Amino acid sequence: MSTPKPQIEILPRGVQVLLAVGAVALAAFPLVPSESAGFYQQMVTQMMILAIFAMSLDLLQGVTGLVSLGHAAYFGLAGYALAFLTPADVPISLWWSLPLAALGSGLAALIIGFFVVRTHGIYFIMVTMAFAQMVFFLFFDNRALGGSDGLYVNFRPHAELFGWNGINLDSNIGFYYLTLVLMLLVYAFLRRLLFSPFGRVLAGIRVNEHRMRAVGYSTFGYRLTAFTLAGALAGVAGYLWGAQTGYVNPELMGFHMSAHAIMMVILGGTGNFAGAIAGAFAFEYVMHLFKDFTKHWQLLMGSFIVLVVVFAPRGLMGLAERVLGKRKIP
Amino acid sequence: MTTRRLVLTRSAAVIGAASAGLLLPQIVRAQSDKLRVGLMLPYTGTFAQLGKAIENGFMMALNEQGGKLGGREIEFFKVDDEANPAKAIENANRLVQRDKVDVLVGTVHSGVQMGIHKVARESGVLNIIPNAGVHMATRAQCAPNVYRASFSNSQPTLALGKPMMDRGHKKAVWITWNYAAGDEAFEGFEKSYTAAGGTIIKKLGLPFPNVEFQALLTEIAALNPDAVACFWAGGGAAKFLRDYAASGLNKNIQLYGSGFLTEGVLQAAGPAAEGVLTTLHYSDSLDTPRNKKFRRDYVNAFKSQPDVYAVQGYDSGLLLLKGANAAQGDLSNKKALYGAMDSAVIDSPRGQWSMSPSHNPIQDMYLRQVENNENKVIGIAGKAVADSGAGCRMA
Amino acid sequence: MDLANFLIQLLNSLQYGLLLFMLAAGLTLIFGIMGVVNLAHGSFYMIGAYLAWFFTAQLGSLVLAIVVGTVLAVALGWLLEWLLFRHFYKRDHLDQVLLTFGLVYIFEETRSILWGDDVHAVQVPELVNWSIPLTENLSYPVYRLVVAGVCIALAVGLYLLISKTRLGMKIRAGAFNREMTEALGINIRLIYGVVFALGVGLAAIAGMIAAPLASVYPGMGSSVLIMCFVVVVIGGIGSVRGALVAALLVGLVDTFGKVLVPQIAGMAVYMLMALVLLYKPEGLFKQ
Repeated sequence: MSTPKPQIEILPRGVQVLLAVGAVALAAFPLVPSESAGFYQQMVTQMMILAIFAMSLDLLQGVTGLVSLGHAAYFGLAGYALAFLTPADVPISLWWSLPLAALGSGLAALIIGFFVVRTHGIYFIMVTMAFAQMVFFLFFDNRALGGSDGLYVNFRPHAELFGWNGINLDSNIGFYYLTLVLMLLVYAFLRRLLFSPFGRVLAGIRVNEHRMRAVGYSTFGYRLTAFTLAGALAGVAGYLWGAQTGYVNPELMGFHMSAHAIMMVILGGTGNFAGAIAGAFAFEYVMHLFKDFTKHWQLLMGSFIVLVVVFAPRGLMGLAERVLGKRKIP
Repeated sequence: MTTRRLVLTRSAAVIGAASAGLLLPQIVRAQSDKLRVGLMLPYTGTFAQLGKAIENGFMMALNEQGGKLGGREIEFFKVDDEANPAKAIENANRLVQRDKVDVLVGTVHSGVQMGIHKVARESGVLNIIPNAGVHMATRAQCAPNVYRASFSNSQPTLALGKPMMDRGHKKAVWITWNYAAGDEAFEGFEKSYTAAGGTIIKKLGLPFPNVEFQALLTEIAALNPDAVACFWAGGGAAKFLRDYAASGLNKNIQLYGSGFLTEGVLQAAGPAAEGVLTTLHYSDSLDTPRNKKFRRDYVNAFKSQPDVYAVQGYDSGLLLLKGANAAQGDLSNKKALYGAMDSAVIDSPRGQWSMSPSHNPIQDMYLRQVENNENKVIGIAGKAVADSGAGCRMA
Repeated sequence: MDLANFLIQLLNSLQYGLLLFMLAAGLTLIFGIMGVVNLAHGSFYMIGAYLAWFFTAQLGSLVLAIVVGTVLAVALGWLLEWLLFRHFYKRDHLDQVLLTFGLVYIFEETRSILWGDDVHAVQVPELVNWSIPLTENLSYPVYRLVVAGVCIALAVGLYLLISKTRLGMKIRAGAFNREMTEALGINIRLIYGVVFALGVGLAAIAGMIAAPLASVYPGMGSSVLIMCFVVVVIGGIGSVRGALVAALLVGLVDTFGKVLVPQIAGMAVYMLMALVLLYKPEGLFKQ
């Protein structure tokens, strides 16, 4: 019983320029000298990781119209995969552990998706939440999996490749650039996907699933694929989180993490992935601001969320479109 | 102005504003002679009361000695950790890397402590733990710069076994939540109870944070032990006390617990808690001049009654003072700082306690019985109880 | 497990299930009839409990507190519907999720500012503050039976309301086809407002009568929310009958799970849900 709101898929030129400038700014950021440079590099790295997480959710939510309240499960699983894969004495290689972790998350998404994708609407929302809780409790209740205290990732993975030791991931700056590159790659990949035949089918499913079925598409398969792909991409983000912080715990798979991701995507504007990035940055930034400001920051945060949802339903991208002008399609 | 120029200038303005904004939180911290103290506590959420009590106690300790550390003025930095382990590292880094605190006091929740611990070990910043009892902080992962001023999860229950056997309760059932803190509390109980000759007939567990006790209370009745030993805290503890009494089990089966069972919840539990025996390193009713003075001063300052958390916060302050004063305010003088803290004997409202080699308090455990909504101390359950420090390379 | 034990555990599951039902009924109504995802439902439970505590302290009687509390809760529900939710019926589920999540933050912090963060107790009314001895060790608190009774009464009342009254008929019509019902001259806005207030009221009452059992503390709302969702999913969205059956099932699985297979007790209920979804993706009962 909900009307899909018109989404911005083709970005206005102004926004495209902004994005390009933003990318350059991000690339140049670590070079800005500052007393607490390390902290800020870490903070922005974390924002970028969350941007990847938000983009993966945008594929599911914004493009395919599947609102998942349990997406963090795949995020956290990859972090845990890294923790389990890393032995006590040496770091492992990024080159095989990252794909493996992402694959693991994708596999989990495939299995859970099989149960969950057959449901629709409100059902889907609640069922995804419940399954994520199940994964949460699986880890929380079992000492063998780390239990409620979580696990340390003993060493950050290294990026050595056939003797070439180019990127030092142990340094803040090295890890920052790795994350930046991955974020841009994921963005480019998803934008490509959005306008590919596969992406067009997903968008069609979002707008009117019955029609797509009537035209002959097997929507279950497409939805499941989207779910799995989104899970795998969330895994990329989760792996990076575990690598950066060096500590994973069940909360990473919890309800609050999922809800935060949803907020980021909506804040930014759904369906175009640029919004997901903008939303992740904006959300984290606002939260930092509020926390620094007052003890009752939760009140501010809650009011902020309500205001955004009431007055800016198409998020930052919607506002940007109004300010910078719609792109005239030739 | 052409559209292109308009777009570009507007974009530039937005980016400029955003970048300036990004650097905003880093309010330029003038080089000052002040010593930076970071407090990472739960200021919101379920543990907000504990966070507040700890901070109150801590501040009181500092203010009693002139509000200075080693002669230096203090600048405070606070972060609300929301008892959320996922944000632990980020929050700790805020204090350690952005605000560049000289000492980090925190926290309450064990999961969050795991995050702080990682940051503390990697950065070398002095970390004083005012509550979190997670074992690894003073065992396998102990560190020269991490000190605990509270307890380890198994300490209170290490003193529980003997009093139970002394009262002839030879067969017991243990019940708690199935999570890290519950497991660690069980470790202490199992060790002390079996060592004293007791038999644990069954170990019952509830998934955290489930508080539907009825099923397991029925089970306990069927098992008919001499006594029940447990670990609960907060809202769950209040509910368990009430449910236990309402089910009539308290008539025949004595209830014992790690002291947190009756901390801060006696008002809520009411008459249901009468007669419950617990062990803890502190009690409100401890009848010593030191405790009485502490309580008087706390009530005057904060208009509310202190609890074990306030004492732990207070002791964290005393510990820090010892170290900072010995180092004369220069916390980079590790030799003096650690030397003083390692050998510290703290004159605490809970009684005197000293630091173990693995940096956990060696302290007396009191046996308390609930009488008229109060934890009356009826004896000492264990003298100089120490955490094993197993796996700690400093011990 | 002998027969006596089994029967007592059955009683335990029933009582827990009935309380769950009361919470889930409100949620499934709001979901089913207005199509609104409401993550703040647990907060209404918490608000009810705190209201019960506050007014029992002021007025000295739990029953009076429940009356006053219910009026206030229903008024709050009505206000929220008029102010916010009304504008969200046509919106994306996504937006609803976000709105209600923001509300949870606001409710939690307001509660902290108004009433603090301590654990509080609500006294069981003297009349029912005794226990029936079941075995030599175990007694069953009469208040729990009272709670179960209230839940049953409310369930029956709800059933009668929805299927036997004109209001119920209008509600069902509105759920089936809003435009047509409006076209027939029925004030659907009023109906929706009523249903929302009813849902909120049910959650608050659940919190109020459960308060003497559960104690009143921060975070009590979030712990019941997920269980509520599971019940609604298993039972079928919009089906009150389904919510009842599902709640009792969950009560059984939770109770016997803890006793028989404690190692997986935490996951047992979710496994039940997965099983149900495998065979009936829309839950046990349709609307």
